[in-house]
Amino acid sequence: MSSTAATGTVTGRETSSRPVSGRFELLTYLGSKLAAAVVSFFVTLVIGFTIFSLMPSDPVRTLTRGRPTSEAQLAHLRLQLGLDKPIWERFLSFVNDTLHFRLGYSWQFQQSVSSLVADRLWPTLLLMGTAMILSVTLGLWLGVRSGWRQGSLFDRIASSTSLTLWSVPTFWLGMILLVVFSVGIGPIPSLFPAGGMSDPALPQSGFGHYVDVARHLVLPCLTMVLVVFAQYVTIMRSSIIDELGSPYLLTARAKGLTDADVRRKHATPNALLPSVTMIFMQLGTLVSGAITVEAVYSWPGLGYLTYQALQIPDLPLLQGTFVVFSASVIIMNFLADVVYRYLDPRVRAQ
Amino acid sequence: MNVPALEVRDLKITYPARRGRGPARAVDGVNLRVEQGEIVALIGESGCGKSTLARALVGLVKPTSGQVLYQGTPLNYSAKALKKYRRHTQLVLQDPGGALNPRQNVFDAVAEGPRLHGLTDRLNETVRTSLTRAGLRPPEEFTARFPHEMSGGQQQRVVIAGALALDPSVIVADEPVASLDASVRGEILKLILSLRDDLGLSALVVSHDLGLAWNIADRVAVMYLGRIVEMGTVEEVLLRPRHPYTRALLSVLPDSAKDWRPTLLAGEPPDPTAIPSGCRFHPRCGNWAALSGPDREAAGCDRRDLPILSGDPSALTLTACHLVPGEHV
Repeated sequence: MSSTAATGTVTGRETSSRPVSGRFELLTYLGSKLAAAVVSFFVTLVIGFTIFSLMPSDPVRTLTRGRPTSEAQLAHLRLQLGLDKPIWERFLSFVNDTLHFRLGYSWQFQQSVSSLVADRLWPTLLLMGTAMILSVTLGLWLGVRSGWRQGSLFDRIASSTSLTLWSVPTFWLGMILLVVFSVGIGPIPSLFPAGGMSDPALPQSGFGHYVDVARHLVLPCLTMVLVVFAQYVTIMRSSIIDELGSPYLLTARAKGLTDADVRRKHATPNALLPSVTMIFMQLGTLVSGAITVEAVYSWPGLGYLTYQALQIPDLPLLQGTFVVFSASVIIMNFLADVVYRYLDPRVRAQ
Repeated sequence: MNVPALEVRDLKITYPARRGRGPARAVDGVNLRVEQGEIVALIGESGCGKSTLARALVGLVKPTSGQVLYQGTPLNYSAKALKKYRRHTQLVLQDPGGALNPRQNVFDAVAEGPRLHGLTDRLNETVRTSLTRAGLRPPEEFTARFPHEMSGGQQQRVVIAGALALDPSVIVADEPVASLDASVRGEILKLILSLRDDLGLSALVVSHDLGLAWNIADRVAVMYLGRIVEMGTVEEVLLRPRHPYTRALLSVLPDSAKDWRPTLLAGEPPDPTAIPSGCRFHPRCGNWAALSGPDREAAGCDRRDLPILSGDPSALTLTACHLVPGEHV
């Protein structure tokens, strides 16, 4: 090996202290992202409070609408709701209450907002979680296949179908599905229930209950999936197309990987990053639910709760759901930043 | 007679027409041999088909017609046979940063080939040996690194190590140093030379750089618009170039012989979808342009097709030109 010695040896000593600085880097990274999350949350609190305080309708008048009330009663109600205090004092107590998970008291339901949100959280998570898993799976699969064979018949059918469904208004698609599969048209019998989460006439526990809930879940979930899966198709497809020309795919082929393996082991993992960002952004909106879908199918989730609150308007409830929705988006974005570091070694270096 | 390590016979690769242009004849009749333990440089400007030819040699592009032979046996394009062939002929690409998967660390990048071919008995040792052979010493320093944590030269060494891990007998390198710093180029070229000396590897090195050919090649083939226009030993082709295209390429090098005037190639850049009739170089050829009247008529560069060079490695030099006396076969 005499001549290889002459080629010079490349050593890597200059960066051998990496592990220690790496741990420090990780803490700095997490710290800065966490600080950013806290700041965003505070800003949303300010915005939330301002919006709901500036609403033109007088909540006391709204509450007493249609009922004979004296001025004294109105004043008493104002006192009770804390509306007589100066705005900055109300803001401070709002922040304080929020930090202690006291989200106020719903005028409409005469119940604490926290308990309402807790009650409605599970149905929303069930609906949105199922829809999310299905649409991500379907969307990413279609996106990878379409991008890999760009311009093929498969690509053209998949892309045009998903984009068409994406541009369809959610409420319209929901109502069409409702008419076709719930009411039944022509030869199609009524296959699925029209609304709600379970049939009150049936027992509310046991295996039969789960089947009942699953049957109620089908239509809202299908509507949700059909409307949102296109964004995963589009983003995954374009990321795969970006990777197509990469020389490392050629290297992998030259080593003997089959076309399918090159796609699965090399192209897809590298193309996945934009989709992961997207998934986390969607996860943040998971709890806010789809107001439209939940309203169309009377699905008793947070979206439907918001819809009900809007009709009054039930300000403490709206404010409460606003805070919960913002917080979930901020938390998920923070998690996305953390996960990103593990998915992409290049982010670690920055 | 020795069986050549790698050979192409009358190779043609045509890409289908698109967007109103004719089909692209990227490789349009090439004979070429790489003997055992020989380094051949394939020189040409971009778009001349040299990268397509390189890809055909490693079986990544299926020829439209003609043959690629590995140790005398024509390539079989069934998936199974191709996979087997990959062990013998490996590809090294131009941009080492792009040729490595950004998510794979060095160990995985180098181990991928052996894993795929079931050579996992002594995987750690294989990876270590390959890295050492590629000049990354000590290998432990590098195995856990990701591509972005290394310099371009180190990345190219990792690519080469990944190729060596399969213990190939031929390496096809497509512009292996074009995207590297000048200081690192020499090192990588020395590495390729030492691999030939130590492991008996044959290599085909594709480049647009004649200086590179001078440094490492035994023989040189100059390619223009899908055909080889001149080939021979390094000394013959680079010191006594016969073809006007080779002369033009050499004349613009800063240290070329004093009696040559720099010849700048004029005219359209070559387009494989519209190959000129006769000699494909005639629209840009200074010798042809200098002719007039009956001489021009007699030469007929724009009408008479040239035969395809035989690629016989025992010939000192072969030239495909109507105006240059010599072997046209």
